[in-house]
Amino acid sequence: MTVNAGEYTLNFVKTQSGNELVKLTRRQLLQRGLVVGSGLVLGSGFIAGSNAAWALEVKSLTPQTMATLVQMARDIYPHDSFGDDLYAAAVKSHDDTAASDAEFKTMIENGVAQLNSLAKAEGHVDYVSTGWEIDRTNILKSIESEPFFQTIRGGLVVGLYNQPAVWDKLGYEGASFEKGGYLERGFDDIDWL
Amino acid sequence: MTAPYDLDDNSVVVIIGTGAGGGTLANELAQKGIDVVALEAGGRHLPQDYINDEWPSFSQLAWTDMRTTSGSWRVAKDFANLPAWIVKAVGGSTVHWAGASLRIQDHEFRAKTHYGEVAGASLQDWPLTLKDLEPYYDKAEDKMGVTRTNGIPGLPGNNNFKVMKAGADKLGYKNCHTGRMAINSQPRHDRASCRQLGFCFQGCKMGAKWSTAYTEIPMGEATGHLEVREHAHVLTIEHDAAGKVSGVLYQDKDGNQHVQKARAVCVAGNSIESPRLLLNSASSMFPDGLGNSSGQVGKNYMRHMTGSVYASFEKPVHMYRGTTMAGIITDESKHDPSRGFVGGYEMETLSIGIPFMAAFLNPGGWGREFSATMDSYENLAGMWLVGEDMPQESNAITLSDEKDQFGLAAANVHFDDHPNDIAMRNHAYKQGMAVYDAVGATQTHPTPPYPSTHNLGTNRMSAKASDGVVNKFGQSHDIANLFVSDGSQFTTGAAENPTLTIVTLAIRQADYIAEQMTSKAI
Repeated sequence: MTVNAGEYTLNFVKTQSGNELVKLTRRQLLQRGLVVGSGLVLGSGFIAGSNAAWALEVKSLTPQTMATLVQMARDIYPHDSFGDDLYAAAVKSHDDTAASDAEFKTMIENGVAQLNSLAKAEGHVDYVSTGWEIDRTNILKSIESEPFFQTIRGGLVVGLYNQPAVWDKLGYEGASFEKGGYLERGFDDIDWL
Repeated sequence: MTAPYDLDDNSVVVIIGTGAGGGTLANELAQKGIDVVALEAGGRHLPQDYINDEWPSFSQLAWTDMRTTSGSWRVAKDFANLPAWIVKAVGGSTVHWAGASLRIQDHEFRAKTHYGEVAGASLQDWPLTLKDLEPYYDKAEDKMGVTRTNGIPGLPGNNNFKVMKAGADKLGYKNCHTGRMAINSQPRHDRASCRQLGFCFQGCKMGAKWSTAYTEIPMGEATGHLEVREHAHVLTIEHDAAGKVSGVLYQDKDGNQHVQKARAVCVAGNSIESPRLLLNSASSMFPDGLGNSSGQVGKNYMRHMTGSVYASFEKPVHMYRGTTMAGIITDESKHDPSRGFVGGYEMETLSIGIPFMAAFLNPGGWGREFSATMDSYENLAGMWLVGEDMPQESNAITLSDEKDQFGLAAANVHFDDHPNDIAMRNHAYKQGMAVYDAVGATQTHPTPPYPSTHNLGTNRMSAKASDGVVNKFGQSHDIANLFVSDGSQFTTGAAENPTLTIVTLAIRQADYIAEQMTSKAI
């Protein structure tokens, strides 16, 4: 699909997870957006990777909120080999839910505001620009029993780990029937025992 | 008469459920020329429909109707509305079972005699013995094509098995092999052999694993004496003024309700739905539910002592390649109270894909410890621990305040571990971790029980009518033409995966029902 986001037409591409991400040039990005502490670029109606490899349209939540959710997702299930695009795809559904559920939208926006005020209380500018992972996870630990945290964490179990791109990263080969199973493809190839 | 049958035909045997118990019973009766209507709440999915993808397959197959939970078991917290992972489809949970087919041991049929009094446990001896069942076990193993029986070779071992075997050898375990599996190691009974797909839990796309969906059911239908009605969700069982069951009320997929008349009714909806159905069928004559003069319907719910151990290694294992349950260590299945508990447990390889690993490794867990284990997925080996849990009267299926989609009381599943279950689990975790440590595990992960796959005991068989719900043939102590035909008959759980015994009991029950019909006892 394509959408008109301000002066640019963003060409969204379907990822394997079915979520819509977009490609645009880094120059376009830096003209349009604002780099935040986590390295993401915020624009009007979208967030993007600072390497311009992907962008995510944001319709209901603010781009700042979505960028915070992406950082939060990485802090909950940190995989250093995963790009932000996988985390962005994993939290995108919250923007869709927020569009049709005002109460949900308030919970998310309030939750992000709480993360930022907890970060400020520790002397940081906001959550995403808190430098060390351990400082961010301490903030998350203090709210881990709250519905906001549980909604984001619970959503990631499927939203993050059900992406075929994530399976590739973690060495899981997925469906095998079409390939004739593993009988001739290494079901017993272990060689180090 | 040949199928299909009229709703008013009161000569048919109605079977509720088409899994290991109901599906087998339906075929066995039909082979004898007895007319059967089998009512199945789910739809019919066959190998070409099964999906090699865990969540979409779960959506296709799992029973996800409303249920509630209570008690101190962790499932009640992490999966409050999913106490059990079982199937709603023709074939029932034989679509997603792993295929492990082990006979219950002689002493396990005499649990109370053999173990003695265990405080807090409602242990009893079964009203039958291994000797009684042996001829039927023989028939079941032949029917199902169990490896290492009837001259059928064992399956080849995959990587996950090889890790287990190496550890078992180092630890001095004597009995470790690729199992007795109802999975074809060579073509048999018009079904293909296993191609090591993985995804046994998602329905076998090769049809190599035995499932009533594509064995018993079509064989029964081919006789002309079996009609299977799909999407026929039974709501209540009806009875006549004499107190005999007379038919069942069910709703079809269009929302229309029907009563199918019956000469006898056999309940085979698994150990949560079967007691719920009897309880929901209460009437002025049977105010506590059908067949419940003992008050034992729904009680003594067992789910096996379970847990898993996953272990990370320096190098790849690729545990997901090949059969899900690819091997077994049986050394710990003996009764040896010096270990600090009664009964025993089996150690069976298990693997799950990334989607389910994320959901089940440590439900609710997060942070670097969790994701580090996920990062090591390629290098993981895994096993499931499954052992005898103690029946307790307070572990029970009761009617919940919540309603299902038909407005009927949903099942509440209450479970607390018995101290014996906890002692056994701790021992099993220790031994499972030792197996992997012996071959160089860098981390071991004792993983909590999943939602129950082995649901047992809630309509248990007993010698005395006051101690249980059915007799040794699964016939209600109270109502002669009411039968229970699934794992809810089990008096105790034993250490073994239950499907083979459910099938065995169904074959035996078919003979008994035929005799009772011939003699006009029912």
